[in-house]
Amino acid sequence: MLRGLAGALLALLVLPGVGVLAAEAAGRTPRPAIEPAQALTQCIAPAEVMRREHPAMLAHQRDDTVRGGVRGAKASLRGCIDCHAGAATHSVAASPKDFCVSCHAFAAVKIDCFECHTGTREGVR
Amino acid sequence: MSDSPKRADGGRRAWLGAAAAGVAGVVLAPGVRLIEVARAAPAKTAGADPAVRWGLLIDTTKCAPGCEDCVRACHAENGLAPPTRPTDARWMRKVEIKEMKTGRQASVPVMCQHCAEPPCVDVCPTGASFKRADGIVLVDRHRCIGCRYCMMACPYKARSFVHEPLAGQKPEVPRGKGCVEGCTLCVHRLDRGQALTACAEACTRAGHGAILFGDLNDPASEIARRVRELQSTQLRADLKLDPGVRYHGI
Repeated sequence: MLRGLAGALLALLVLPGVGVLAAEAAGRTPRPAIEPAQALTQCIAPAEVMRREHPAMLAHQRDDTVRGGVRGAKASLRGCIDCHAGAATHSVAASPKDFCVSCHAFAAVKIDCFECHTGTREGVR
Repeated sequence: MSDSPKRADGGRRAWLGAAAAGVAGVVLAPGVRLIEVARAAPAKTAGADPAVRWGLLIDTTKCAPGCEDCVRACHAENGLAPPTRPTDARWMRKVEIKEMKTGRQASVPVMCQHCAEPPCVDVCPTGASFKRADGIVLVDRHRCIGCRYCMMACPYKARSFVHEPLAGQKPEVPRGKGCVEGCTLCVHRLDRGQALTACAEACTRAGHGAILFGDLNDPASEIARRVRELQSTQLRADLKLDPGVRYHGI
């Protein structure tokens, strides 16, 4: 009985707090809207690996390409863009809902890739 | 006992294979997906070849004053807007020269001379300015902090600074505000296996034939043969920078 009362009290105290927090989290930071990649394409690694490792993959590849002249590496920004560009914008960075921008806004990680690189799929201007 | 599951499995595989072929056929039919299939498995290239020294031979006797075909081709290839202000980036420019004693005039295209001993590389504080194994001098924009020491060091005024934000860059030529840039000898074309720069291609196509591109280290190449037979000079040869761009007729 006592335990039940404590549980109810706890629930009364805690639940509204959780509710407010959850509402705030959803309101302030929209969940990333991950657009599906282009149909019938296969990513170079499983999604969990890509989520964690894509910065290292791209940083390694960019030095090989720019300084060594090695092209056609497995990981490439253009490869990302070709599959993940949004259906409406043909870009990964043009609108807040596009693939790269939506996740990076949620994670609060600022990227400057698209200050030099175009985020638009090849052949679309 | 062991046979029947195998056969069933084989049957299912055959059916799946046929289904997959059907799907692939449907997708390939419009012709759009073919490129994507090819891109799914890109061949990794070996990179810049240290045995190669890319260079240009510019025949100023064939270069007409006022003709800017090469400059326009360069800027179109690399996604530069036609420069209108003195601060706009230009990777290539035409310089009209005149010998005052005799009045002899010549018109020369000037771009990064891709020196063997590049002063821009010497002065760069971050290692952004570098020389590739095949002799092409480039800016690594991932490291460039925009200090412009290289612009001061270059005796050919070959580099530009990007002052304002850019949009609509070419996928193969990323460029942006806050970085120094210059002629890349169309490095994206060379890495693709196309041994011709945009300027040389435009000059040849227009019928001038004043710009010849090739490997200076390969004795059998056209450029090596021409520099062997023709008198040619390097700009500011007194600085001993050994540029990869040579000029005939000045």
